Amino acid sequence: MTGPLKSTPRATEATPMPRTTSAQTRFPQAPRPERGAGTGRHLSFGQPHLPWWAGWLVAAVSAAAAALLSLTLGWNIAGGAVVAVVLFAIALPTWSVLVESSRAAKDRLVTTLVWAAFAIALVPLVSLMYTVLANGLGVINGQFLTYSMRNVIGQGGGIYHAIIGTVLITLAATLISVPVGLLSAIYLVEYGVRNRTARTITFLVDVMTGIPSIVAGLFAYALFALFFGQGVRMGFGGAVALSLLMIPIVVRSCEEMLKLVPGDLREASYALGVPKWRTIVKVVLPTALPGIITGVTLAIARVIGETAPLLVIAGSTDSVNTNLFAERMMTLPVFIYYSFTQPGVPAQFGQDRAWGAALVLIVIVMALNLVARAIGRTFSPKTAR
Amino acid sequence: MAKSIDVSDLNIYYGDFLAVEGVTMTIPSRSVTALIGPSGCGKSTFLRSLNRMHEVIPGARVEGKIVIDGQDLYGSEVDPVEVRRQIGMVFQRPNPFPTMSIYDNVLAGSRLNSKRLPKDRADEIVERSLTSANLWVEVKDRLNKPGQGLSGGQQQRLCIARAIAVEPQVLLMDEPCSALDPISTSAIEDLIHELKSDYTIVIVTHNMQQAARVSEDTAFFNLAGAGKPGNLVEMNPTRKIFSNPEEKATEAYISGRFG
Amino acid sequence: MSASTAVRKPRQRVGDRVFSNLTRLAGLAILVALAAVAIFLTLQGLPAFSAPSDKLGGAANLATYVLPLVFGTLLAAVLALLIATPLALGVALVISHYAPPRLARPLGYLVDLLAAVPSVVYGLWGLAFVSVRLTPAYAWLEQHLGWIPLFGGPASTTGRTILTASIVLAIMVMPIITAITREIFLQTPTLNEEAALALGATRWEMIRLAVLPYARSGIVSAVMLGLGRALGETMAVAMVLSASGVVTFDLISNTNPSTIAANIALKFPDSTGVAVNALVASGLVLFVITFVVNFAARWVVARSERTQA
Repeated sequence: MTGPLKSTPRATEATPMPRTTSAQTRFPQAPRPERGAGTGRHLSFGQPHLPWWAGWLVAAVSAAAAALLSLTLGWNIAGGAVVAVVLFAIALPTWSVLVESSRAAKDRLVTTLVWAAFAIALVPLVSLMYTVLANGLGVINGQFLTYSMRNVIGQGGGIYHAIIGTVLITLAATLISVPVGLLSAIYLVEYGVRNRTARTITFLVDVMTGIPSIVAGLFAYALFALFFGQGVRMGFGGAVALSLLMIPIVVRSCEEMLKLVPGDLREASYALGVPKWRTIVKVVLPTALPGIITGVTLAIARVIGETAPLLVIAGSTDSVNTNLFAERMMTLPVFIYYSFTQPGVPAQFGQDRAWGAALVLIVIVMALNLVARAIGRTFSPKTAR
Repeated sequence: MAKSIDVSDLNIYYGDFLAVEGVTMTIPSRSVTALIGPSGCGKSTFLRSLNRMHEVIPGARVEGKIVIDGQDLYGSEVDPVEVRRQIGMVFQRPNPFPTMSIYDNVLAGSRLNSKRLPKDRADEIVERSLTSANLWVEVKDRLNKPGQGLSGGQQQRLCIARAIAVEPQVLLMDEPCSALDPISTSAIEDLIHELKSDYTIVIVTHNMQQAARVSEDTAFFNLAGAGKPGNLVEMNPTRKIFSNPEEKATEAYISGRFG
Repeated sequence: MSASTAVRKPRQRVGDRVFSNLTRLAGLAILVALAAVAIFLTLQGLPAFSAPSDKLGGAANLATYVLPLVFGTLLAAVLALLIATPLALGVALVISHYAPPRLARPLGYLVDLLAAVPSVVYGLWGLAFVSVRLTPAYAWLEQHLGWIPLFGGPASTTGRTILTASIVLAIMVMPIITAITREIFLQTPTLNEEAALALGATRWEMIRLAVLPYARSGIVSAVMLGLGRALGETMAVAMVLSASGVVTFDLISNTNPSTIAANIALKFPDSTGVAVNALVASGLVLFVITFVVNFAARWVVARSERTQA
């Protein structure tokens, strides 16, 4: 026994999902080298223990050693950081083995590795955000947002046509997906309890979430080629492809939200002599509405950045096209792809536009995510238990 | 408006499982009938069969007859939705609709069925129902606030107001006070006393003092053993049940020797 | 009495009948859509079976056209998972067990943010940033570890290799695996954790004894879902990879295998006639592969839910 078993209740709301998990307990007596505060009061039942500053000391020494090596051998910062982490991961457990025990050492090693994994995972996020901001911010101005690429060679032009296309296609996809997805979710939760059709649908909806987006695009192409001939391109086809990706997301989130509506409310409504369908439409749906809106918004955020299916069926153009049912239609993701991979001559201007469009797309996606979470938090059903 | 209910040879099933067996009783009009018994004896199931609410659970069905005003509730041409309009229900936990105001909660019976009501008629129903439920004075200044902002006891009285706003013949109450504090419980019991002049009331309760306080007649349900169906042991005027029951099982239960 | 013993079906109102049929119709529409995907891809893919070899990029027949792509798809996805799985488990453990409670939630959001970035932006970033930065690393690998066939070289001078593509893919699937595994880690019964700690286990021993066994099937299915995503991911690979469609295990050279999805994205816009059919046929193969992987993943989940229920 290494220390006092002092437990403090711990909130486990690390996830945005509505599901609640059982309260967990945290035990501060486990060795925690990287966080000194609070571990000073541990009791030691006669077993040797590293001082609380051990982690900091080793970290400082490793960093210094790595810095020295980097300077003398001419490595860059990334190389130095890797060396520092490796030094830390070797030195601290070694010290621990000598003073404490091999078990404590292993624990310290794992703690180091787990946090290192976390740090590595954050590197791309920071790097990606920085790259897009640094390259894209200077490009965005009024002209960029309100001009299309019609007759533009070299500098100038904008992404107006791509924004229009993205908005129209996503809107159409939403109009297809929400009714189908919501009604299916109602069937699964309210009517299909325990029957085989419902189980099959649930299972296949899960499987459907894994359909590659490019396959959805090919499906839309194959479908429309049957009616309009080979080589068909139209915005509506893109909407069909996107809704194939969107429907399973909508079904899953609506299902979760409908299940959160307490059965009490349904019973209260039935007991007033209200038929089941009116109960669903007028009691269950309004109660679940904020959650449903959140789910739909997140689903839109998921598909609005899809590129591959639109590349296949909606195609690419330089002009504004507001007709979903005819001709090629530009969208933001496809614009980014072509502007960067086929920037024209000189490449500079096309690639700049790609970065600008990428920044706009990221802002749209992030905004949708934030709005969804805000709706979910503000109007979260107070009856949910 | 109140009607008596005649139950004869009623068996209630969930799928193949027989939950309640062979109930025969007459529930008098304009009075309070209490259903008591140990947990799992089927008294709530029986109560829910009185307005066909148990059919909400898939596989539930009944055999036998429940006749009210000369009509069999389970006749082939009877619509369960219509039955529930005539026979209202109040539940264990207060359950006002969270998306509706107090005003709309009272009118939920007609609002949810998309019945159009002129404004003055709607106002009148709301005031009358809330007054009958002894809630009008407390909420008349905040009718447009959400119903969930009320205290537990007020919410339960709101639910009673909601149930009587559709002018049912019978009011079923499934342990209406078990989630409430003693003061709210007493308020609801007073309310039950007042309501029985207009309604036939059937109340399930775990609290024998409550049964003794509020009811004219009491029916005692019991289980013959684990896994056996619940059955009606004895139904008699409340005073007799609590002073001089006919059956040994009733006496044992009431004196607290089991259950 | 005998007449009333028959099961009496409650009479349904018209509104109820219409509405319930409407919802069932919507549910069935999903099944139909899924079937339609398979049917239409097959219809459009069929002509490719008799395609002449000049329409298949020089391949003799459809099989020799698709198989190298299948190889590249699997190679990239498996590599991506080898990189992503340990990272994802580490991140999930940080959020569920290591980070202070107040930090755990924002950290979770941060990882969700990674999942929200559109794939084309990953492609852009991978092409303009990652591959450039990795070029010196590839030169170093060829120089010092060239004796391992994986790093045989000659090292790419642009960095647009299958390894770069896999790294970008790994970053894309990592949040998916993290999201699922951290949910399961958080659901580990507290009692089991406390029991382990009460026996004097260190935190790592507690995780190994209580958390990981509990989460095992969840981890398996999360990794398989990540695999499904990595197999089908298109744009990042299409943009990052400088593909020549060869079959090789050399991860850092100029000549790289291509993936089915990337190949479609690159070739489709400029293809006509039977070449399109061939691409659709390869898409059908991808559909089948991901369907099987996802099916298996869900099956693992369903089975563990049954045994826990």
